Amino acid sequence: MSADLIIRRARIFDPSQNLDEVGDILIRNGKVQALGTQVVVPSGKPIPELDAKGWLVTPGWIDIHTHLREPGQTHKETIRTGTEAAAAGGFTSIACMANTKPVNDSSFITTYIQQKVASESSINVYPIGAITKGLEGQELAEIGSMWEAGIVAISDDGKTVMNSYLMRKALDYSKRFNLAVVCHAEDAHLKGRGVMNEGFNSARFGLRGIPKASEEIIVARDILLTELTGARLHVAHVSTVGSVALIREAKRRGIQITAEVTPHHLTLTDEVVGTYDTNTKVAPPLREPQDIEAVTEALADGTIDALASDHAPHSVEDKEVEYDHAEFGMVGLETAFPLYYRVALQKGVSLKRIISAMTHKPAEIIGVSKGTLKVGADADITIFDPEMKYRINKNEFRSKSKNTPFDGWDVQGKVRYTIVAGKIVYQENAGGNR
Amino acid sequence: MSEKIHKPSHGSNNSLGIKSLLGTEFLEKKQIDQVLKYSFLFKELLDAGKPIPQTLAQKTVILLFFEPSTRTRSSFELAAKRLGGNTLVLTKEGSSAEKGETLVDTAKTVEAMQPDVLVLRHPSAGSPFHLNQILDIPVVNAGDGFHEHPTQALLDLMTLQQFKGKIAGLKVLIVGDIAHSRVARSNIYALKKMGAEVSVCGPPTLLPPKVEQMGVEVYYELDQAVKNKDVIMTLRIQFERLNPGQSPSRGEYSKFYGISESVLKSAKSDVLIMHPGPVNRGVEISPEVADGSRSVILNQVGNGVIVRMAVLHLLTGGELPEGLV
Repeated sequence: MSADLIIRRARIFDPSQNLDEVGDILIRNGKVQALGTQVVVPSGKPIPELDAKGWLVTPGWIDIHTHLREPGQTHKETIRTGTEAAAAGGFTSIACMANTKPVNDSSFITTYIQQKVASESSINVYPIGAITKGLEGQELAEIGSMWEAGIVAISDDGKTVMNSYLMRKALDYSKRFNLAVVCHAEDAHLKGRGVMNEGFNSARFGLRGIPKASEEIIVARDILLTELTGARLHVAHVSTVGSVALIREAKRRGIQITAEVTPHHLTLTDEVVGTYDTNTKVAPPLREPQDIEAVTEALADGTIDALASDHAPHSVEDKEVEYDHAEFGMVGLETAFPLYYRVALQKGVSLKRIISAMTHKPAEIIGVSKGTLKVGADADITIFDPEMKYRINKNEFRSKSKNTPFDGWDVQGKVRYTIVAGKIVYQENAGGNR
Repeated sequence: MSEKIHKPSHGSNNSLGIKSLLGTEFLEKKQIDQVLKYSFLFKELLDAGKPIPQTLAQKTVILLFFEPSTRTRSSFELAAKRLGGNTLVLTKEGSSAEKGETLVDTAKTVEAMQPDVLVLRHPSAGSPFHLNQILDIPVVNAGDGFHEHPTQALLDLMTLQQFKGKIAGLKVLIVGDIAHSRVARSNIYALKKMGAEVSVCGPPTLLPPKVEQMGVEVYYELDQAVKNKDVIMTLRIQFERLNPGQSPSRGEYSKFYGISESVLKSAKSDVLIMHPGPVNRGVEISPEVADGSRSVILNQVGNGVIVRMAVLHLLTGGELPEGLV
């Protein structure tokens, strides 16, 4: 299939070049060759056209926080199903966390993932390597070898490196490879056996609480260690007022720090845990209304740089159990965008900020040249219909797992096409195509 | 947008107007009044040695207990039997997760036996909610983790009504490990709905977060807390549920929070002493107090059976013969 395409009458929306205009995009050999109102179509062999009238055309979306579960837990997700879910969600690039089985803590596993991706994925997948061997927090993984194999960041996501000395060394070492160190901020001792946010609702529901301080202590510690080392820190899934304040202050002081927020921490409070629906169990836990306000405001003003789904597939056996015993995590790739868009529509965060947080900002964090439609860039493009309303139906997910608390939600904003290097890798069929 | 909240699905034909009894948080005062009314009715019949209407005849009550329990289980069993019902006790050690079985599997297994009521005791909060969603029959929460234990609160209300002649206006102090106590939660909700004033007292490490938002007064010092109270409910300290650091030792716990004769010197002379049992003698309560004249601990046990008769009777839509109500 030729990687040539013309997208016609599109509202081209690209925050990386401050672009919002109706025009055409010409793609040749998988690259953006021209865009705007004056695109000249070359003579010769006809190029397929796509009419995008009324839709928004943006740089392909990037999700820097996903769990693909392969190798090791392919009953939850595989590289194939996870990337299909990503494409359906409008994502052209994703970064996958290291907590597979075995853990991605060696170049061997990194290479295995990349080989699988090459044969099974139609989108770009960037592996994230572990900080410590086996995510055990005892000794550094072979970060350099994994970097040679192609990792884009390091993280023990799912766990916090509790040993501050080791975290400091990881930050120091990461400077040699210019890798962001992604911190999962939960103090393991303070978290204890907690299953939801600690507060009045945990008291009401009779569930063990996880205090906000368990997150904020680690965010504060890692900011101090980043300042100490001059490394680059990325804070995953920020969820509290206090974390936002710490990050804002650190940025003001010039520390190299970036942060992300998830769809669920922007939209759900711990009140929903009272249904005891285990799909509401997630780490960090769903917080309180004032926290939603804080992360929303931080997203709007850029304190939080990126949006990330923390797509965490779990099987029915992991979830249809007691709340105490259910796994933490929810799927997110196929529901992320309409939830982000809901924040734009209902909370007044600008669409430019939302798309920016899904394109060039995450690209900068993981250091890949994506997230833009500048001439010469890879033609990774997402097209969505900003008006289309629909109801989320988990049974339509491509993901192998259906663990979502958003099933049945009425949302707006539907992905129409996902295009990677000029090739259409996903096409929405509902509502008819042109 | 389907915003779901902490509330069981309602709607039922029985006279209580609720399908299941999952917690006192979800009860209205009039529903509590009705349970108490039927409880005293059954008590009268029992005290007079009159026959009990067999409103559970031909009906099966399954008692599914995932936690060891002698007292609550036998209380429910006896309650069902007095009403002529069949009982089946299923005990399972540990969680379904540990056995590779989901809660849904558990529910389906129960359903296949075609019971009329399920009484569930489970170590994890919310488990009765899950089963209530799946099953069409009434589910009675006999204790879920440290969430709720509604029949315990109802029997405590009955005992208060019996010995104090009222509930509204009583000053009730709950002492002990409030954080891990389903009895405390159910009692706080139920007592407040009935117009009592509720205080709690315990080590700060064993109080739930933001407990004052439940509308209770909070004390750390027992001597202060017991003053002017009409009722002291002391809780069993659940050492098996504690994390290290929540209480240094039994001895120290007892020193600061044990109810002894010397503590009661600061209390009203007619203060009522209650305990949900089983008692850790010498830890949360001294033997002298537990067996003393102000203690109604054994009356609570007796009332437990009666309240559970009322609950089972009302939830199964049973009707009493004319003239009894």
